[in-house]
Amino acid sequence: MKFSFSSEQEEFRSNLRRFLAERAPTKEVRRLMESEAGWERAGWRKLNTELGLTAVRIPEAYGGQGFGFGELGIVLEETGRALLCAPYFATSVLATGAILNAGSEAEKQALLPGIASGDTVATLAWVEDDGRWDGAATTLTATPAGGGWRLDGHKSFVLDGHTADLIVVLARAPGSSGEAGLSLFTVAGDAAGLSRRPLKTMDATRKLARLEFRGVTAAPLGDAGAAALPFARTMIEAAVCLANEMAGGADRLREDSLAYAKMRMQFGRSIASFQSMKHKAADMLVEVELAKSAAYYAAAALDEGDDDVAAVASLAKAAASETYLQTAIHAIQIHGGIGFTWDNDTHLWFKRAKSSEVLLGDAHHHRELMMQRWAA
Amino acid sequence: MSDITEDEVRAEVRAWLAANWSPELGLVEWRNKLADSGWGVPTWPKQWYGRDLPAGLGPVVDEEFQKIGAIGVAKAGIRTLAAATILAHGTDLHKEKFLRRILTGEDTWCQLFSEPGSGSDVAGAVTRAEMRGNKWVINGQKVWTTSAHHAHWGLLLARTDWDQVKHKGLSYFIIDMHQPGVKVQPLRQMNGHASFNQVFLTDAEVQPEFLVANVGDGWAVTTTTLMHERRGADGLRTWAMGSDRKGRAYDEERAEIATTMEPYKWYPQRAGRVDLVMPRAREAGRLADPLVRQEIARLLIMSKAAEWTARRARAAQEQGRPQGPEGSLGKLVASHVARAAARVHTQLSGADALLTGTDSPMGGVIAEILVSVPATSIAGGTDEIQRNIIAERVLKMPKEPSIDTTRPFRDVPRNTVS
Repeated sequence: MKFSFSSEQEEFRSNLRRFLAERAPTKEVRRLMESEAGWERAGWRKLNTELGLTAVRIPEAYGGQGFGFGELGIVLEETGRALLCAPYFATSVLATGAILNAGSEAEKQALLPGIASGDTVATLAWVEDDGRWDGAATTLTATPAGGGWRLDGHKSFVLDGHTADLIVVLARAPGSSGEAGLSLFTVAGDAAGLSRRPLKTMDATRKLARLEFRGVTAAPLGDAGAAALPFARTMIEAAVCLANEMAGGADRLREDSLAYAKMRMQFGRSIASFQSMKHKAADMLVEVELAKSAAYYAAAALDEGDDDVAAVASLAKAAASETYLQTAIHAIQIHGGIGFTWDNDTHLWFKRAKSSEVLLGDAHHHRELMMQRWAA
Repeated sequence: MSDITEDEVRAEVRAWLAANWSPELGLVEWRNKLADSGWGVPTWPKQWYGRDLPAGLGPVVDEEFQKIGAIGVAKAGIRTLAAATILAHGTDLHKEKFLRRILTGEDTWCQLFSEPGSGSDVAGAVTRAEMRGNKWVINGQKVWTTSAHHAHWGLLLARTDWDQVKHKGLSYFIIDMHQPGVKVQPLRQMNGHASFNQVFLTDAEVQPEFLVANVGDGWAVTTTTLMHERRGADGLRTWAMGSDRKGRAYDEERAEIATTMEPYKWYPQRAGRVDLVMPRAREAGRLADPLVRQEIARLLIMSKAAEWTARRARAAQEQGRPQGPEGSLGKLVASHVARAAARVHTQLSGADALLTGTDSPMGGVIAEILVSVPATSIAGGTDEIQRNIIAERVLKMPKEPSIDTTRPFRDVPRNTVS
């Protein structure tokens, strides 16, 4: 297993960090998070024309750059640090993953070049009102209709679901249950019979929507009834990617609160000189470095085709869930009263930590998934 | 820096081993060959028993040794710390006199830093070294000294100037442990073992040439030794294990390990024995309990992430890159893992955790974990000191205003017990 980044990867990371610091400063995060869409097409284009971010993990045959999860993980760590307001996770992790894992050659040829160029913003809709993260809970149905398919039902907690141009939907054959009868479909964001309502999210930087499907015409993605495996694979990849994004956010919070502690004077000295602060800062570093190690390892496990990748992905997500939130709690505490104000930026990352903790399943959920692999 | 490739090194060491290694050699005879050829410590300087290989190629050589079961230089115990310190700060005379016999295993070493009155605050040492005639004369008491009862040499920190501030009044010596002024007494621990000793120094003598660095530079040298000690605590260190192969060299190595490693035999238990958690859970029929599953998962996540963090640090080191913060965390992380493991072992054992020895699970191994883990967060620098080090050195947080470094050491308040 690979335990270090190459110098090319390090250079990629530092370029990206510089770019995001310039183009997506916290002021911009605050402006975009106040909007209903949560992102803007112009900024998204720049991200993709100048850096090719949506192309990173798409194979060259479909207009991408053909990199692996090592590079994708770097992008996510950096966008997580910057709290970038863009439909990147939805498009490049969830939708791209589902299409690559489930799609036929022709479907990949048809769908991926638009994503790689940044023209198509896409997402994956699988969770429903009951908030279960596994595909088996799906109730939305797909019925053959006039040589095509129609979808009926609802989806919820859909990342960027109200703004995506293309929605990948997990559906089941009427009367089927569990993992049998699951299929994936693609639907245009403006399809007839689809109504989309943005949900009020506690983390304003991560937009969610509830989608209502009433006889929506859909195109199949992959073989009918065979979505369980490619969907599960997509969830594993998503957990790894989210863990990397979270590690980036946690590290940023850690650094910012350390800088604040060094600057803040009380009792005639910098509060960073107090042992209680030092011990907290050391503990935060330990937690964040462990979470990073797990996230990096999981990305390498995906790239290297490790058999244990499902367990390792859950391990990384569980570690990141606990670490990011704990780091955010410490960060607010270090800032004191100012850290509880709206004007101070800490709460933006705190809320991202909370939303990330829950998204794709919390730490308990992933610890159990891990044990199902290791203690069957 | 040599630009030799991995393949070249492999070919070279293979050929050399093929021509030289035999299990029928005497252990010391074999290790002398290693010292002469440089293959025992290939990343050391050529002039001192090495081959100047870049750090990244060290493991390649180790691999070739392991493939054919060739024995390496003596590595266990304090002698590696002594070697690292002497390489960094010693005179040519020290290197000539000590390094070879460290590598061959003929000499064992101990570390005389801690005192009853200075544990975490090692620089508060009050053992005196005074020049009398043409010798240094040492008086004082040291404690927590592993292997003192069989060591030939000791790494000694002592105070040479009481009018200097604390850290400037210390000097570092190499002391002959086999002399009338050195008395060694074992110290019994809460887990029943006696791995450590108290060492009483009463007019013990040190030859002037066995001063390491200059008078007053003792703290800098001590820091080197401690740094190597912490680096060894990252959880990746493999315990010296005797091979069960046949041959004179193997027999002699088994005897050496039995002596050198004797004080460390409970150390795996001290680290929490994460490896035993799943088998114990299975054996106790507890794997279906969701609470148990959560606790085991928490532990495994921490221990895996700790292992991967240590590997990241090692990978950076092997590529010759500056180590990131991940390199300084190992010791603190290891004690978190140990505590978590002890908690899970207690949970898995239930009422059996009340027992010890032959009445308890695994003939006492589990009980030994429970009463050994508290040492992990103390020995080799407490968790609190580790956090201070991380905060001040890695995170560059300002030191606390100190009251013990701004006046002559003789005026600093200190423990009165001896």
